[in-house]
Amino acid sequence: MTAHFVGQYEAFAGNGAAGAPPWVRELRARGIARFTEVGFPSTRSEQWRFTNVQPIAEIAFQRQMVRWETGPTPTGATVLPLSQALQRQPDLVRAHIGRYALLEENPFTALATAFLADGAVVHVRAGAVVEEPIHLTCRIPPGTARPMAHPRLLIVVERGAQVKVVEAYEAAPAGLSLTNAVTEVVLEDGAQLELCREQREGERSYHIATTQSHQGRDSRLVFTTVALGGALVRHDINAVLDGTGAYLILNGLSVLRGHQHVDHHTTIVHAKPHGESHEYFNGVFDGESRGVFNGRIIVRPGAQRTDSKQTNNNLLLSDVARADSQPQLEIYADDVKCTHGSTVGPLDETALFYLKSRGIGAMEARGLLTYGFGADILDRVAIPGARARLDRQIRHRLGVPDVETSAA
Amino acid sequence: MTDPFLLEIKDLHATVEGKEILRGVSLQVRTGEVHAVMGPNGSGKSTLAQVLAGHPAYKVTGGSVRYDGKDLLELEPEARAREGMFLAFQYPVAIRGITNSYFLRSAVNAIRKHKGEPELDPLDFLQVLEDKLKAIGWDDSFMNRAVNEGFSGGEKKRNEILQLAVLEPRLAILDETDSGLDIDALKTVAQAVNMLRSPLRSFVVVTHYQRLLNYIVPDYVHVLAEGRIVKSGGKELALTLEEKGYDWVKPEGAAVS
Repeated sequence: MTAHFVGQYEAFAGNGAAGAPPWVRELRARGIARFTEVGFPSTRSEQWRFTNVQPIAEIAFQRQMVRWETGPTPTGATVLPLSQALQRQPDLVRAHIGRYALLEENPFTALATAFLADGAVVHVRAGAVVEEPIHLTCRIPPGTARPMAHPRLLIVVERGAQVKVVEAYEAAPAGLSLTNAVTEVVLEDGAQLELCREQREGERSYHIATTQSHQGRDSRLVFTTVALGGALVRHDINAVLDGTGAYLILNGLSVLRGHQHVDHHTTIVHAKPHGESHEYFNGVFDGESRGVFNGRIIVRPGAQRTDSKQTNNNLLLSDVARADSQPQLEIYADDVKCTHGSTVGPLDETALFYLKSRGIGAMEARGLLTYGFGADILDRVAIPGARARLDRQIRHRLGVPDVETSAA
Repeated sequence: MTDPFLLEIKDLHATVEGKEILRGVSLQVRTGEVHAVMGPNGSGKSTLAQVLAGHPAYKVTGGSVRYDGKDLLELEPEARAREGMFLAFQYPVAIRGITNSYFLRSAVNAIRKHKGEPELDPLDFLQVLEDKLKAIGWDDSFMNRAVNEGFSGGEKKRNEILQLAVLEPRLAILDETDSGLDIDALKTVAQAVNMLRSPLRSFVVVTHYQRLLNYIVPDYVHVLAEGRIVKSGGKELALTLEEKGYDWVKPEGAAVS
């Protein structure tokens, strides 16, 4: 099953990849070696129990560079394609890339690292406060049959700096494609990042992603991920709070229909004391779609006064839609506060009655409650443009007209 | 021919989960009247309120309800609301992700559409809302919060009364609007209700305690016990009940008024 992908790597390594510095070539070689060793994960593996990636293994995908579209770079930040960053900021890139998203953790990260070439680097200098959000759109260009992309994003926010970033993934609406994305996020002490990830690829797209964040002391990360597209989406989010007083808000929203499948595996590691994490994931599943949420929270020894809260709510709009929710708490410190809660079910009949009792018709009441489920997460997005755009897309998907947004 | 009554309940029987809760309730309300329905826990007060609003968990097994000349029980809950009926919930429901102002505008527009009136855009609605808030002396602090989400008990009840003010029903049923309120909150809510009293609007005030009726003074008081109205009278009946307790009106042998 891996032979085709190894063949793609050999063609890549022997051809267009020669320009990279030796350490990058060595990193890729380690990536393909690891991937060759472990292969694609099977559903026998606990981490992949609910998500079958065998269809991906059986398709002869062709390596394809993506097109990164970036808006104007706001003052205080640098945004460079990875190839340029390797020349202009070699030390920065080398210090961070591949340091957090480890090959050994995930076969797809190993595969993505083997093809490391195609990416973007966002860098914000110490103390800079970047007001305007940075927009990065990653698009698989049309033309190639069965394209396979491995977009890599590195975001480094230095000490005390503040920035907002939107990363969006798009693909041709109709064709078969594979996106295997890895994003590494580094927040130095006191840094603040608001990151919003939008995934709206086509109905036959496979989207595998890892977002790996590493936070220093008193840093603050607000990460919201919204999954709307794709035949199969698997997103691993690993957040390490590696400094005292680090603060993390992790929001997720999936709105699926048809035969779509989304699997969010999140791991929040509290490594130092006084960390705080709040995780809110909502899923809306219609048709025969399926959602998986696995939320792991690890409180390491010594991470006292950790405050961690996890909520996962799943709304099933059809009798055959399905959602699985699995919390996993691993607590090795004694003075901590960790709570979790999850729900899976249809629309609340009492809430429907409440709306109807105010004159709102049954259809509209259902639409409003469903939209509210999504808006509950979108309301946590503090990047105004992103909030409004996602709101429109969710409304369109749910067929809910004319919902004004709450006060910004 | 028009009915003399806005609401006429005759020998109403209703069950929830197969258990009979209402066992022959009869009640007549004219336009502009305020009726209090009192009774001990489990007497069926809240069931009566929910049945009138059309809660799907309650099944009507006998009797009839006419409202404004129509068979109320034939109407869906939303149709009842559009025809001018309003229930202030004992336990208002939180709706995440939907702001109070959007929720209210949706409700106002659903009713306007039913009446053949043009729908209000957000700006027009804001004006209506401001006028209503001013009329009952409240601010707009919770309009941009999600409906009842994280509201205190008092805020939830105030929100119900605000909806009443904005939706302008002809028949308002208040289901234990006093429960869980401290005396200041109770006065605030009661004052607003009194400002909304009108010769064109009727109220059915369901309560366990006489306390609320010190502030919302009813025209008639009915005592519900074991699913029937066992005594009816003027506002002084509430005071007698306060003094003598509900044991005073046992259903056995009591004449159904």
